[in-house]
Amino acid sequence: MVQPTIEETRLSTEQAIQTYRTGARITDVDALVVDGFSVYYETDSGTVKACDDVTFTLKQGERFALVGESGSGKTTLAMGLMRLTRPPGHIASGSAILNGRDLTTLSDEEMRKTRLSELALVPQGAMNSLNPVMRIGRQIIDGILDHVDEDDKSPTKDELDETVRDLLTRVGLRPGVARLFPHELSGGMKQRVAMAIGISLRPRLIVADEPTSALDVVVQRQIMQTLGRLQEGLDASIMLVGHDMGLVAQFADTIGVMYAGKLVEIGPVEEVFSDPKHPYTKLLIRSLPSLQEKREFLGIPGLPPQLIDLPVGCAFADRCPSVFAKCREVTPQTQDLGGRRETACHLYDEEAKS
Amino acid sequence: MTEQTQAVENSSTSTGTQIIRIISGVLGHFVVKRFLFFLFVVWLASTVIFIIPRLSGQDPVKEKLLLEAQRGGAMQTGLDAMAKSYQKRFGLDQPMWTQYLNFLKDLVKLDLGVSIAFFPRTVNDIVFESLMWTLGLMGTVTILAFILGTLAGAILGWPRKPGWLQYIFMPLLTLSAIPQYLLAMILIFVIAFQLEWLPLFGGYAPATVPTLTFEFAVDVIRHAILPAFAIIFSAIGFWAIGMRGMMINTQGEDYMIQADAKGLKGSRIFMRYAVRNALLPQVTGLALVLGTIVTGQVLVERVFSYPGIGDILFQAIRLSDFFVIRGIVIIIILGIAGATFLLDVLYPLLDPRIKVRKS
Repeated sequence: MVQPTIEETRLSTEQAIQTYRTGARITDVDALVVDGFSVYYETDSGTVKACDDVTFTLKQGERFALVGESGSGKTTLAMGLMRLTRPPGHIASGSAILNGRDLTTLSDEEMRKTRLSELALVPQGAMNSLNPVMRIGRQIIDGILDHVDEDDKSPTKDELDETVRDLLTRVGLRPGVARLFPHELSGGMKQRVAMAIGISLRPRLIVADEPTSALDVVVQRQIMQTLGRLQEGLDASIMLVGHDMGLVAQFADTIGVMYAGKLVEIGPVEEVFSDPKHPYTKLLIRSLPSLQEKREFLGIPGLPPQLIDLPVGCAFADRCPSVFAKCREVTPQTQDLGGRRETACHLYDEEAKS
Repeated sequence: MTEQTQAVENSSTSTGTQIIRIISGVLGHFVVKRFLFFLFVVWLASTVIFIIPRLSGQDPVKEKLLLEAQRGGAMQTGLDAMAKSYQKRFGLDQPMWTQYLNFLKDLVKLDLGVSIAFFPRTVNDIVFESLMWTLGLMGTVTILAFILGTLAGAILGWPRKPGWLQYIFMPLLTLSAIPQYLLAMILIFVIAFQLEWLPLFGGYAPATVPTLTFEFAVDVIRHAILPAFAIIFSAIGFWAIGMRGMMINTQGEDYMIQADAKGLKGSRIFMRYAVRNALLPQVTGLALVLGTIVTGQVLVERVFSYPGIGDILFQAIRLSDFFVIRGIVIIIILGIAGATFLLDVLYPLLDPRIKVRKS
């Protein structure tokens, strides 16, 4: 079985990749340290562990992509980090330290002020994420106004207008867009507006939750280029949530693969693509179409398990081609394989020890 | 042809086309279109009103005369002759189409005819007098109930409300399940009859003559309190339940999640994002209800003997005063069609997604 290399999974040209990867963004400063982070939903039929014991570290300037199929918990994790989980969901355990402050212990008011100013969300499907009865300019201004400290004087109307003009220009929109309503914009334009809102207070971390879903590939590329450029301008980190492996491969530095609420593999994107460790990651990458080789379209047989009352052992055991006895008895822990690579799989128990 | 005449001709044709362009522009304008539609609806409904009583086969004049004769105990001889002369007086002896044309002509002049029961008072006179009472009471009460009910519903549908609110609003809303007239009678019995805090019935004290004095105004307000309460209580529940549902719907919208993700203050999200969007269907409801307030609240007005249009309608039906009934129904039609027209014109301002398309 020939594994497709990262070159094959790239959708666009070398030039585009160059724009994305100007390199040397990543510093050695920890921007976000997530440790044992769990989000559970309490339902009548039991506890749904939508996001369970997730641990990873995001460096300042790093682009971290979280991939996995629908229901794997990637959006739950992103929303949990922003403390936007709605009841019956709640953060069950763990910590998330952003620039030295633990987000899970902040008061509601502190968390509100942290959102947008330090931690901004570029939402999934910008189609409906804008208030339909409010002009674009107003929606950008709202976020700025609610983050003015009590002691500071409010910015004047002219200053705000200037800020809106500047933000819209930076995401590649005409300043006139400020006067329009959301329904007067195309999907790509709305996504750009969402990005303009996201960067309006120069956050340290941008959480982009499938920012290109429901857009065509040409617009997808433009949006990702813009996002990358904005990130470099702000010297921020990005946590990209998505299921489009091609897009992730082009954009991210580091990739985290989620399965059934758990982070099963983390590593530098090129290495994970060229040499995946976890059997799920292997199958996921093998399922990508390849340009060089014409073969049957492969999926991963079976379905992900119910997240209520997960059995002991590995959640992927039932679908795993390399399953063995231990997989059904002991839940695998994340193991450090060296070279910033980690995986939660019993196949590497020996390797990790040595 | 000299240059001058040519120039004159040119300018005249251009002004001619300009006028045509302006006229077609005006006709194409949606406000004008809506207004023409409004007139069409009024005409259609009026025609139906004209036809239906004539299909019933009843003779209003004869009914009235029979009633009077029975009351007076007089002989019924000569009644037919009397009826004939009255029919001539009301124009009921004319052929149908003449009657119809006369009816339309009077309608355009907003002349609703003469009352049979309260002859020789005109229907206009009767209707407009009672309309003032009804509009004063019902207009205020409807808008008050809308504001209070919508606010209550908005708060009830807000997940971050203080928990104890539930225990105050919910019992209040169950009050709205009590029929208005029953509530009215309870209010009369307890507050007006037993406690004697407020007057029992009427729009003003029986011995007084309506004047523009402070005392009279106070008297009118004292008389309006109980009917107002009876109506408000039931209407608040109606508005609150609708608004609560809409508020809960908006909670699931992406823009609400994004509003939170923007770190907006709770008060701003509540007013500008949740309420602003949840309000749209409420406004539609308000416009339609405002259109019907001219009908008055027959039962409530009856219970309080309030001199509103509902009370008049009740009396007119009892005395089969066709002209007054017709007049009131026409007022209702004008009210509903007018409210719908206003809603059509104003709604694009409330919801920018509703585009006024040029034909």
